[in-house]
Amino acid sequence: MKDLAFYGFAAALLAGAVGTVVSRSLYRAAFSLAATLLATAGLYFLLTAAVLGAVQILLYTGGVLTLTVYAVALTDGERLAGPRWRRPLPAAVLAGGLAVALGSAALSVEPSVGLGGLEDGRALGVEVFTTYLVPFELLSVLLLGAIFGALVVARKEREP
Amino acid sequence: MTLPRLLVLSFAMFAVGTFGVLARRHVIAVLLSIELMFNAANLAIVSAAWAHGLLHGVVVVFFAIAVTVAEVAVGLALFVLAHRLRGTNQLDDLNTLRG
Repeated sequence: MKDLAFYGFAAALLAGAVGTVVSRSLYRAAFSLAATLLATAGLYFLLTAAVLGAVQILLYTGGVLTLTVYAVALTDGERLAGPRWRRPLPAAVLAGGLAVALGSAALSVEPSVGLGGLEDGRALGVEVFTTYLVPFELLSVLLLGAIFGALVVARKEREP
Repeated sequence: MTLPRLLVLSFAMFAVGTFGVLARRHVIAVLLSIELMFNAANLAIVSAAWAHGLLHGVVVVFFAIAVTVAEVAVGLALFVLAHRLRGTNQLDDLNTLRG
């Protein structure tokens, strides 16, 4: 049952990844990426990291999808002049070589299986607010900086 | 569902993302491919944490997701600005630092 779910999520994940890279329409690419991220969230649930899966859906998928759709709508929209690719053959060779090298390295890892119960919300919360308290606060500063940076960069200049 | 299979899956996703970064012409498409690579790295970290029963990997990915969303927000704002200044978001046309 778990294996079946794993292969289902894996198939959805790879299909979404390929769709992100090959689709001509940027909207379609964004939604393919969202499918990949949702499949990854499903894998997180399978890996007994449920809170992380929820964060992945709410923050990552929701945030990235919304922002990307707005950015596409504010810029080119559906008009994509010119070809989609820039020298695809060397890129494919490089990516394929990378896949083979990394895959062979992965297959030599010993096939260990997790025992489950990796994360419950309580343990994660205690960890974040004790051991990782300083990074957590720095993260809020980073998010604030990102909000102001995005606002300052993208706002329209007012005519004086 | 064992650690090597999860790692193979995540590395395959990483390679697809690498191809997209190298081959796509539109900046937003390149950013989406970078997201794929990020996601692959996150999946690999969580898989290793799961196999070894360590919570720290989950915390690392939690922070990585938040940082990534901030990066996407700033990146897309930059692309909107570039489009306003130059009228294009094709990478081949965005090859100078001048506004």
